[in-house]
Amino acid sequence: MKTTPLIGLEVHVELEIKSKMFCGCPADHFGKAPNTQTCPVCLGLPGALPVPNKKAIESCLKIGLALNCSINRLSKFDRKQYFYPDLAKGYQISQYDQPFCSDGYVILDSGKRIGIERVHQEEDTGKLQHTALNGEKVTLVDFNRCGVPLVEIVSRPDMSSSTEAKEYLKKIHEIIRAIKVSSADMEKGQMRLEPTINVMIETESGTHYTPMVEVKNINSFNFATQAIDFEIKRQIEEFEKTGIKKTANNKTTRGYDSVKKITFLQRSKEEAKDYRYFPEPDIPPFIIEDDLIEKLRLDIPLLPDQEVAVLEKIGVNQKDAKILVSSENKVAIERIKGLANNSNVNIQKLSSLIVNGKIDVNRDVLAQYNTHTKIGTTDRGELEKIINKVIEENPQVVAEYKKGKTNVAGFFVGQAMKATSGTADPKTLSDLVVELLNK
Amino acid sequence: MKPLHELTISEVHEGYSNRDFTCVDLVQHFLNRIEKYNHKLNIYLALNKKALLEAAEADKEIVEKGITRPLLGIPFAVKDNFLTVGMETTASSSILKSYHPQYESTTTQRILNAGAIILGKTNMDSFAHGSSTETSDFGPTLNPWDTGRLPGGSSGGSAAAISAQLATVALGSETAGSIRQPAAWCGVTGLKPSYGRASRYGIIAMASSTDQPGPIARSVRDCAIVSEIIFGKDPYDATTSPTPVDIYESSLEKKDLKGIKIGLVKEYLLPSMRDDVKQLILDAAEKFRSLGATVEEVSLMNPKYAIGTYTVISRSEISSNLARFDGIRYGHTRDAFCPETKRRILLGTYTLSAGYYDAFYKKAEAVRTKMIDQFGELFKTYDAFIGAVSPGPALPLGATKNQPMFGEMEDILVEQSSIAGLTGVGLPCGFVDGLPIGLQITGAQLEESKVISIADCYQRNTDFQKFPNIEKTI
Repeated sequence: MKTTPLIGLEVHVELEIKSKMFCGCPADHFGKAPNTQTCPVCLGLPGALPVPNKKAIESCLKIGLALNCSINRLSKFDRKQYFYPDLAKGYQISQYDQPFCSDGYVILDSGKRIGIERVHQEEDTGKLQHTALNGEKVTLVDFNRCGVPLVEIVSRPDMSSSTEAKEYLKKIHEIIRAIKVSSADMEKGQMRLEPTINVMIETESGTHYTPMVEVKNINSFNFATQAIDFEIKRQIEEFEKTGIKKTANNKTTRGYDSVKKITFLQRSKEEAKDYRYFPEPDIPPFIIEDDLIEKLRLDIPLLPDQEVAVLEKIGVNQKDAKILVSSENKVAIERIKGLANNSNVNIQKLSSLIVNGKIDVNRDVLAQYNTHTKIGTTDRGELEKIINKVIEENPQVVAEYKKGKTNVAGFFVGQAMKATSGTADPKTLSDLVVELLNK
Repeated sequence: MKPLHELTISEVHEGYSNRDFTCVDLVQHFLNRIEKYNHKLNIYLALNKKALLEAAEADKEIVEKGITRPLLGIPFAVKDNFLTVGMETTASSSILKSYHPQYESTTTQRILNAGAIILGKTNMDSFAHGSSTETSDFGPTLNPWDTGRLPGGSSGGSAAAISAQLATVALGSETAGSIRQPAAWCGVTGLKPSYGRASRYGIIAMASSTDQPGPIARSVRDCAIVSEIIFGKDPYDATTSPTPVDIYESSLEKKDLKGIKIGLVKEYLLPSMRDDVKQLILDAAEKFRSLGATVEEVSLMNPKYAIGTYTVISRSEISSNLARFDGIRYGHTRDAFCPETKRRILLGTYTLSAGYYDAFYKKAEAVRTKMIDQFGELFKTYDAFIGAVSPGPALPLGATKNQPMFGEMEDILVEQSSIAGLTGVGLPCGFVDGLPIGLQITGAQLEESKVISIADCYQRNTDFQKFPNIEKTI
């Protein structure tokens, strides 16, 4: 029996932007006093209407472009309808069949291509707080988060292990941060993960698929990894026991318990939701012009993988390049690039010193590099050659020295130091100069 | 001089300028009439307690600065689906009973900025779901021409307020017929703007893709004056058009209609229509000819298709728009929805459900596109088309009983234009059995000027804008 997990990921990213998706309220809700950042629009009061935030849409398009998506020239918002107390309008404004971006991909280090089905824009919901008031258990609603711009990135089920899933997630995380649309801080809930998992099982009787499971709202890469691994094992075991296969409507939704490290059933197929999507009549459709796409494309900086490639090209080894890029050590990267054309600097050596913490990039990098790569302390022969050359070229000064004018030794030290681009150890050098002049 | 309650906007302003009467006089006069007649007709649901105070301020402004604001001291009746700060707003539904809005609708804010005084909020079909004002949770409004009859709807209260002369002008809203049809049944003039011409912000939504606010008044001129104030781009409504609003006053007082081409829609003379109603429409066509216009018979899609199309689209949007009244907020549970509203939510939920969306909603949108195309063709040749607003005069109270499709049947002749987002004026064109009949003059999107011009010329050359003697009818 051969088993191949099929893993897809839905990633929600909260945009870091001044105002909410459809009103002027501040989008930064983290740690704010409940219900202090609301208005008729995000509270869904009668008669209130959404007006789309252009900046948010541009961020969504940028994410799409950074993930190699094609931008749909004609796009629109739709209403996704369901009941929940934190959903002020009784529907979420999202995108259904004409998302802003579709058909992109991310390439893993192995070269494997993970397809991205779509990148679409939507709004966040409010937050429920289960608490006690005067000894009575109550649920309170905080609408500060209601209407905060969200971008959903939906992958194809192209990953076949939790390791691949984690690498994919890290890449998405790095890209989001690199293009500066969000800091994607997992602890603040700015990036939320929902893996969908099932397993292809090949036996003598043929190929079978286990029922799909979506695991909701995970907020760490490690939890995602654990949940995926747990699900793969659980599904194979369940299949062996029951033989239940995937059908068009037996997808279930599970939660992840990070303490017990297990997933648990949240919603079964009987409760499958019909969101009754239909075009949002309060917002006219969008025609995305080529000019805008080109303008946004120019706004996108070098992406992490491209940055790694650039660093490799100038001599940084792949491992160090990845560390530098993923740690977002922008200063170090700039310093390394700045010294790329200095023939006296070995870039591989320099970057390795930086990565290993031997060089403080906020101080004089070249001086520190030279200190760490001094000639003379280790290679006396090389230094002798240089000094001898200076001596040969300056017979008059040598003569002066021989006459007893010993302070001219400093001239030879200076010339030799220059010839080593200042890399020689001064003490070793001056000792050698005196030694050779006296020969 | 005419009695105060019969005056138009210009006549009121003339009276203020000449110091014939003050704004306090006028507002007090209307409040007295409301006191006297409202309990019989059930037009106003709530009154503005500060109306006299505001009138006194208006008088002060008139004395100090003169009339510099276009609606200064003009008493308005406002349909109860416009959010008004300081006045209960219910859309005639029990689920919003005692609801006090936190913000002002763009439209009422605009008339207030122009100096208007809101007398009170008028009755309507609950959530605008109907064409009778009989689905109101607060009882039907009675037709001032005959209290045994309905005023039409959903802006029935606003139309009746003008007909019964309980305000100088009124605000209504139309999704498909809700301004023009009650205007027709109450014998007054109403203007339905093109979709996107006026802001919907702060109006309790019925069907978002066709809702529009508009004026109901004693004349096309008054409608034009109010329209100029309330129309135009609103940063709070993404569906409003950026096209600047015309100066409608310059479309008024045209000598004749020479060069104007009008289509008389063949299909709108329904086989089921009474001959005397048909005759009034043909008379109107003749009148247009005598005013110099060319009138030709034109053909459109059978209006019966509008019913299905409109029903599916509107119910779908309604089911979604009413989801926010989830029983958690606003103080009442969903039991408080009236049967008509529940029916509409159920139907809309069904038409949007998986497996039915393609068969209903998508198909309806396809028919809508066809209608828009057909109108586009028509307006290449014609400036406007005419027909009756409603198949007949006001129906008796109780006519909606066991008639879930009542509204759709009564609005059959205006639904197509609403679905296509056109603009139109509904105004009186005669009487049958002592009850007014309404004529629709419908134009292309954003061609309000043209429609106003044609309607004004017709109105000034006819004498159908009459008022019932309510002392007698009540």
